[in-house]
Amino acid sequence: MVAGAGPAGSAAALVLARAGRSVLLLERGEFPGSKNVSGAAIYGPDVLAELIPAFWETAPIERVLTRRVICVTSEESSLSLDFATRRFASPPYNAFSVLRPRFDRWLADQAVAAGATLLNETVADELLRDATGRVRGVRVRRPDGDIEAPVVIAADGVNSFLARGVGLQRELGGHDLSVGVKEVLAVDRGVLEERFHLEAGEGVTYEFLGSVTGDVAGGSFLYTNRESLSLGVIVEIASLAEHRVRPYELLERFKAHPTVAPLVRGGSLVEYSAHMVPEAGQAMLATLAGDGVLVAGDAAGLCFATGLYLEGINYAIASGRAAGEAAAEALAAGDTSAAGLAGYERRLEERGVLPDFRRFRMAPRFIMGERMQRLYPEIVTGVAERVLRSQGGRPKQKLLPAVTDEVRRSGVPIRRLLRDLWEGGRAFGW
Amino acid sequence: MVSTTLAEKMTTVRFRPDHEPHIVVDGDICRDCTLHTCVYVCPANLFSLLSDGSILFNHEECFECGTCYVACNREGAIHWRYPGGGRGVSFRDS
Ligand SMILES: Cc1cc2nc3c(=O)[nH]c(=O)nc-3n(C[C@H](O)[C@H](O)[C@H](O)COP(=O)(O)OP(=O)(O)OC[C@H]3O[C@@H](n4cnc5c(N)ncnc54)[C@H](O)[C@@H]3O)c2cc1C
Ligand code: SF4
Ligand code: SF4
Repeated sequence: MVAGAGPAGSAAALVLARAGRSVLLLERGEFPGSKNVSGAAIYGPDVLAELIPAFWETAPIERVLTRRVICVTSEESSLSLDFATRRFASPPYNAFSVLRPRFDRWLADQAVAAGATLLNETVADELLRDATGRVRGVRVRRPDGDIEAPVVIAADGVNSFLARGVGLQRELGGHDLSVGVKEVLAVDRGVLEERFHLEAGEGVTYEFLGSVTGDVAGGSFLYTNRESLSLGVIVEIASLAEHRVRPYELLERFKAHPTVAPLVRGGSLVEYSAHMVPEAGQAMLATLAGDGVLVAGDAAGLCFATGLYLEGINYAIASGRAAGEAAAEALAAGDTSAAGLAGYERRLEERGVLPDFRRFRMAPRFIMGERMQRLYPEIVTGVAERVLRSQGGRPKQKLLPAVTDEVRRSGVPIRRLLRDLWEGGRAFGW
Repeated sequence: MVSTTLAEKMTTVRFRPDHEPHIVVDGDICRDCTLHTCVYVCPANLFSLLSDGSILFNHEECFECGTCYVACNREGAIHWRYPGGGRGVSFRDS
């Protein structure tokens, strides 16, 4: 049995059904995807292509992403890294933009086509356990109550009530979780492709760091869909609470930023949404297996979020798949204890999922730090302005004095800056 | 319009409210809360601070995100669970 028909749960159900197991996939929403919010860019599409070859031919894809912009902002300025390549424009591709209510529904349908049974409008309230603590099924909020199963895969997303209920995930706090508020703005297809310099059917993603979220730790994004833009602000809950700012006000502020305003001009609001993101990485990984139970996707904290990257869908699919395979293996061997389910963690290790989280374990805290959020973006755009501003008859500055002047102006002690460079290097560089 | 008020934003979202509230705020615990964090963090602005210091909450336009119970620093103030199957928020275009 699989609880939650997001990407993790549907991937798990698909694999189990293909292995010939009878699978029940529980979803609390009206349909899979109706509760779910992402940017949404699907990176690492090979993860899904290994399950559904050339899925982009049938899945509800919005655009093939061929350009990626990372933009550092201060109040009035911005400095971008704009990467585009033809290599991302053909199979196996690098990323796609999607809308979750459509994409998730399609993915769940693939599990159903493989033989899984999807039960919509069904809330799993808790995991049932026997006297030894072994999970033996799920209690659903329906008249007929308890459903027994030899293995339960908890793929119920970031709130993770099922895993927390049996002690596989700890209580999470405002430093572990961020909240994202998002809008989809309709923009004419032709206008959109012209505005963003896109070939037909291709798309771009923008990631913004710095002043767009004010004093609140976080970042923002703007992704292109077929005939709309998805944009939003993702902020750490602890920081939001500390600064007593309302998330939708940050969203308005983001759209009004001089770099963003011309990109969203003329867009009309289609839908507003909000959802949490597990952002603490390695620090919030759940215990992945217990007797009769596996935890996958956001529920396990397996969302790769480091400021530069926000990749949860692909990690959810990878972990759901591994959980499905491990469950099928354990069922075939007749041992669904935690030891019998150890194939899950082994697969996540071998396929590089857990190593990614270990390698970037220092990134989430580094990127959420105050200097990274506020001061360094100002230094970077300040240096750019000194170097790029035309000077008329006045003397031009070289790069190093421009940097020292800006650093001095920011008030960050040089030793602090060097240490941050070193820590940033350790977080992202080596 | 690119710039919208929260009320305008909320009209774009589809809700099928549950018959009973899935979130219950315990007025006794909130009474001596000084931070009222819930009032600021909720993306749907569902918590209001009344002049007598108590909290007014309405569950009907809730995103079920969880931000309020994560941000609230008082044990037991917010009783939170998902609404019944098929109830609550139902996104179409996000
Ligand atoms: C604003 C925002 C932007 C993001 N952008 C990106 C992006 O661009 N790219 C990317 O890869 N990732 C992105 N992410 C992260 C990504 O959304 C998640 O990592 C991903 O959705 C995790 O998939 P999942 O299957 O584990 O969980 P979910 O997608 O949350 O799915 C869980 C499912 O379980 C159901 N469910 C939950 N509880 C129960 C229950 N008790 N009973 C029955 N059903 C239940 C839910 O309705 C849901 O369908 C973003 C997240 C946010 C919030
Ligand atoms: S819900 Fe929490 S934050 Fe809000 S008033 Fe009550 S105790 Fe304070
Ligand atoms: S779950 Fe989210 S939308 Fe609902 S009341 Fe709490 S903070 Fe507001």
